[in-house]
Amino acid sequence: MNGTTGKNKTRNNLLTAVSVVLFVVFLSWAPGNLNGYTIRILNLIAINAILGLSLNLIYGMTGMFSLGHAGFMAIGAYVSALLILSPQQKELMWILEPIAPWLLNLKAPFTALAEKGGPLFGWLAFLQVPFLSSLFLAGLVASLFGLLIALPVLRLGGDYLGIATLGFSEIIRIMITNMTPITNGSLGLKGLPSYAGLWTNYGCLAAVLICMTRLMRSNFGNVLRAVRDDEIAAKTMGIDTFRARVLAFTLGCFGGGLGGALMGNLITTIDPKMFMITQTYSLLMIVVVGGLGSITGSIVGAVLVTTMLEWLRFVENPVSIGAFQIPGIPGMRMVIFSLLLIIVIIFRREGIMGMREFTWDWFFRNSSAQAEPQSKGGEAQ
Amino acid sequence: MSLNMFVQHFINALGLGSLYGLIAIGYTMVYGILRLINFAHGDIFMLGAYFVFFATIQYKLPWALGVIIAVIGATMCGLLVDRTAYRPLRSAPRISALISAIGVSFFIQNLSVVVFSGIPRPVVQPPMLMKAIPIGGIRLIPLGLMVPVISFLLVSGLLWIVYKTKPGLAMRSISHDIETTRLMGVSVDRIIALTFALGSALAAVAGILWALRYPRVEPFMGILPGLKAFIAAVFGGIGSIPGAMIGGLSLGFVEIMSIAFFPHLSGYKDAFAFVLLIVILLVRPSGLMGEKQEEKI
Repeated sequence: MNGTTGKNKTRNNLLTAVSVVLFVVFLSWAPGNLNGYTIRILNLIAINAILGLSLNLIYGMTGMFSLGHAGFMAIGAYVSALLILSPQQKELMWILEPIAPWLLNLKAPFTALAEKGGPLFGWLAFLQVPFLSSLFLAGLVASLFGLLIALPVLRLGGDYLGIATLGFSEIIRIMITNMTPITNGSLGLKGLPSYAGLWTNYGCLAAVLICMTRLMRSNFGNVLRAVRDDEIAAKTMGIDTFRARVLAFTLGCFGGGLGGALMGNLITTIDPKMFMITQTYSLLMIVVVGGLGSITGSIVGAVLVTTMLEWLRFVENPVSIGAFQIPGIPGMRMVIFSLLLIIVIIFRREGIMGMREFTWDWFFRNSSAQAEPQSKGGEAQ
Repeated sequence: MSLNMFVQHFINALGLGSLYGLIAIGYTMVYGILRLINFAHGDIFMLGAYFVFFATIQYKLPWALGVIIAVIGATMCGLLVDRTAYRPLRSAPRISALISAIGVSFFIQNLSVVVFSGIPRPVVQPPMLMKAIPIGGIRLIPLGLMVPVISFLLVSGLLWIVYKTKPGLAMRSISHDIETTRLMGVSVDRIIALTFALGSALAAVAGILWALRYPRVEPFMGILPGLKAFIAAVFGGIGSIPGAMIGGLSLGFVEIMSIAFFPHLSGYKDAFAFVLLIVILLVRPSGLMGEKQEEKI
């Protein structure tokens, strides 16, 4: 596609393999050697990268201004939590109103079916692998809701979509707060068994990453870019732009639900307040800082924003410089965070990566261009 | 439901609706001119409420003075937002301006948490506004009547500015074609600033009245009324000032009346606006009073 010669191709594949192996080694080294806080941040980075990528698919790749990701995260988190909580835990938790009876033991019908099974229903046994299948179902339910909202709302373009999706995520939150028999209302769900470690989170990230890259390299990726850059021209070329947008939106919602489920599992407590608009804003920051429309950008953005948000906690703690004692200012973290968002969008609108992607060719071209500025800068893009 | 109750609800809805309308006007004017959802508008509304709270309750200034300070303060903030966060992005893609607007809104909220503290504070209502007057079995609170009357007066004043004065003419002209207006020698940036000032002043008044009606202030009080007011603006037809008012009133009536008739839905009160939005976008995307916009190719 971009004129990589055979020799370079071998080199690139080799380098990719080496970096994957190095990363796997790092992941198996990390749990024994890093403290819990660092591990938690590493986990958060992976989850934020998944969420950032899925928002970027909607927002950067297809150009739909969606502000509803927090809602889809909430759906994913609740679906997964309700699937993995044991009946005993559920019985203890619902104190305001009794839990809906069918919800108490969600696994029972599947287990029964799988046991009776035979060739027709035997596959349902995979639902007994509770956590991984709950992740998948979380994404699936979130994307179903996404489809439901996409069909009416994506007929409109632009800004209305932003408001409608924002409103939708607010409706989701209101419904979760009020549907106490199913969601335990404003009390939320506590004590989720924590299954997701580094391996699960980075495994999911790798899966999402592979899907995204393949998607964007396929013809459908071209369709999405065409819809983003000029919808009318895309229509003229015979593209069903509405269908493309609905598909991209639904896929993005799947990622949102998956990320929400992982997030709930990492924090082990979920309640409706967790999924306020603020949540969408920090994802927006990841996508914007990284670069709208760049897969690499979302990863870079996730790393930067997550670590920065943690690092900024120091402004909320008291600092003493010599004899001076500067009291910590609660809430200052988010002030600086939002200020950075404004500064980035005013002064460096395209983010860190712009629409570029990291490739080995790009990497070597850059370093060789620095070494010998006279060279022609490698082969054509 | 007795007639008395109905009249009470009616007046309630009128009050709430006109507050939504006042906020919606700011959205509709800015959107009409810049095609930008000014997400920070709800926060200007919040600032208005906070300013009047500090002036009158913390520093014991008389109410009239407090109101003037709050309106001027909030207007200044509105102008500052336009100058720093929106003007540098006039020629940028619209999505950048939108993200900037979200950033500003987020910034104002969090700065308010730092400066005013995040704890909600109670507002002491002036007793003369709260003394109930019985009229034929219905007890009316002066505040309840004051809100729609003040809103009506302000909107009439605004309509006069927009339709009878030169800056108003320039405003309407910008909303049709910004480049041509610039060529005609109109100082576009100044007119846009005026638009922001007018919208912010109305939002501040709405904030003050809101703080009196629901007697407390907190840094995030602007989010939901702001979103709903934008929906009201879309419902009425974005870009149209009477439309914003009609949209606001309709939303107020939908919210109050649906709870009056179906009390068990009260938990879902905040969702009605968004359902209304999705319905109007499907049925009549240009809103009640809006002009149908042709897509330019």
